[in-house]
Amino acid sequence: MITLKVNGRDQQVDADPDTPLLYVLRNDLELNAAKFGCGLGQCGSCTVIVDGKAVLSCVTPLLLVEGKQVTTLEGLGSVAAPAPIQRAFMEEQAAQCGYCIAGMMMRAQALLMRNPKPTDAQIRAELEPNLCRCGTHMRILRAVHRAARLMDSADAASDRSVR
Amino acid sequence: MARRLRIITGIAAVVLIAGAAAGLALAWRPSIAAIAPPRPDAFDPDIIKRGRDLAAIGSCNTCHTVPGGGNYAGGLPVPTPFGTVFSSNITPDAATGIGSWPEAAFVRAMRSGVSRDGRHLYPTFPYDHFTNVSDADDRALYAFLMTRQPVSATPPANQLTFPLNHRPLIAGWKLLYFHGGDVPSDAAKGAQWNRGAYLVEGLAHCGACHTPRNALGAERVNAQFAGGEVDNWHAYALNDTSHAPVRWTADALYAYLRHGWQADHGTARGPMAEVVDNLSSVPDSDVRAIALYMADISGTSPSNGKSPADAVAQSSTAQTDPAGAAIYAAACASCHESNRPLPYGGVNLALSTAVTSPDPRNLVNIVLAGVGGVAGERSPIMPGFAASIDDAQMVALLKYLRARFGKRPAWNDLDRTVRDARAAQAVSLAARDAPGESSQRGKP
Repeated sequence: MITLKVNGRDQQVDADPDTPLLYVLRNDLELNAAKFGCGLGQCGSCTVIVDGKAVLSCVTPLLLVEGKQVTTLEGLGSVAAPAPIQRAFMEEQAAQCGYCIAGMMMRAQALLMRNPKPTDAQIRAELEPNLCRCGTHMRILRAVHRAARLMDSADAASDRSVR
Repeated sequence: MARRLRIITGIAAVVLIAGAAAGLALAWRPSIAAIAPPRPDAFDPDIIKRGRDLAAIGSCNTCHTVPGGGNYAGGLPVPTPFGTVFSSNITPDAATGIGSWPEAAFVRAMRSGVSRDGRHLYPTFPYDHFTNVSDADDRALYAFLMTRQPVSATPPANQLTFPLNHRPLIAGWKLLYFHGGDVPSDAAKGAQWNRGAYLVEGLAHCGACHTPRNALGAERVNAQFAGGEVDNWHAYALNDTSHAPVRWTADALYAYLRHGWQADHGTARGPMAEVVDNLSSVPDSDVRAIALYMADISGTSPSNGKSPADAVAQSSTAQTDPAGAAIYAAACASCHESNRPLPYGGVNLALSTAVTSPDPRNLVNIVLAGVGGVAGERSPIMPGFAASIDDAQMVALLKYLRARFGKRPAWNDLDRTVRDARAAQAVSLAARDAPGESSQRGKP
């Protein structure tokens, strides 16, 4: 048994230490926001946050994240109470098929925690590892800017921390 | 007594004045009159094309182009033990580039490291190698550069410590270390070998990274290709002290330099990735020549007489670190022991010079940053683990890889190496986060 800290809660997982974090999140913990895309750490759809940094969960074995804080999109907010990054993506209608969007949001969230007011160039550079085939890139850029503004406003300030 | 003292003082003064005069005479170089920038159509297109290939062989862009900046507009900070030197703008802009340089001034800069206005150039510009470039090739490079897009950009002022910020001192450095005409030539070895020698010792300036430097920053002539460093990477030894587990042949070197990877050795990355990227577009015969000459230089060292199969077979019996073994099995083995050949599988680490090298930095850099795919090509890829592996896990993994695959004495001070590599990556990340920056660098 391996103990994982996911979205602020300890989870006992019965899995081999070389199991990719993504498989455990989706199959064992039923947290299905992070997606299996390429399985090679090349597309970004599996991105989650580990100790504040964006991590490609499909190439991250459980062994490496034992004892670290894992945050998935479900840990940021819910349908009833979306986090600023989720609100911003909805308000900008940044998803088309949506497969890449959870990963996009997680990497953008990690950027905004490090740099609350990123420039357009900084957002583009940061999101470079994440691929989108529908082509909503311009909306995604607008959504990240909007999220930065939402996080900056006082009423949303308490939502910025990652649980 | 007093008279003798006066005589000694007098002699000392004469010697000092004479020395200063000789120094000035040596340091002084005439200015060459500025010209109006030549029209692009003044140059023969065939010569411009040859200049382009030469610029790729010389990797001019890796120092003279900042990622995301104008091609050849300079401004790249080059850290040295003596401070930071910023590369020059070598576009044909008259005010800030070399647009007002006549051909003779360009050839003189390549040949002897002197600017058009007569100032000595810092040897960060590798004229200790470029002095070996032929006049015809210098003229082709000039034709290529003078037909690029002019960019108005003045690089930041150099940040060098006193007294090295005084350029006349460079004359003294040249007197000590700058000796032209050291291209080996041997008619018995054939035209291809001699072409390789000309390129390697001249324009390609391989020794600028792969030869260690002395306290004054000059390449150590008695340790040519014994391994040097660049940008927090170790440039491997290429002579008979090479730590490559399998000997480099001319064919293997050719494939590596042409495609960026070779099945028995692995993938070019770090600063070498840009070199092979440039070499992928130059005439095949020149890459063959470079490979042939370098294979001859590397000779056979006792450590690398093995076949690839032997090297891999002998890796499994060594002592291992259990924590590192678990991380390797969980995070690395599915690609690196997949038996899928490059570029679809990872290189077996028993073949990797990063693991057998006395300097662990390259292995640390590659585990942290991974290997990016090359756009539009089949190329090896590896995800970076910087965000998911912590320092203790990294050290355990390094110890294991070194013992099992490297079969060499353990590396020292790995904690600090890992911390330093992360800090260096954070710096490059911050540079990438700078407004308006892109991670792409223009090609020749």
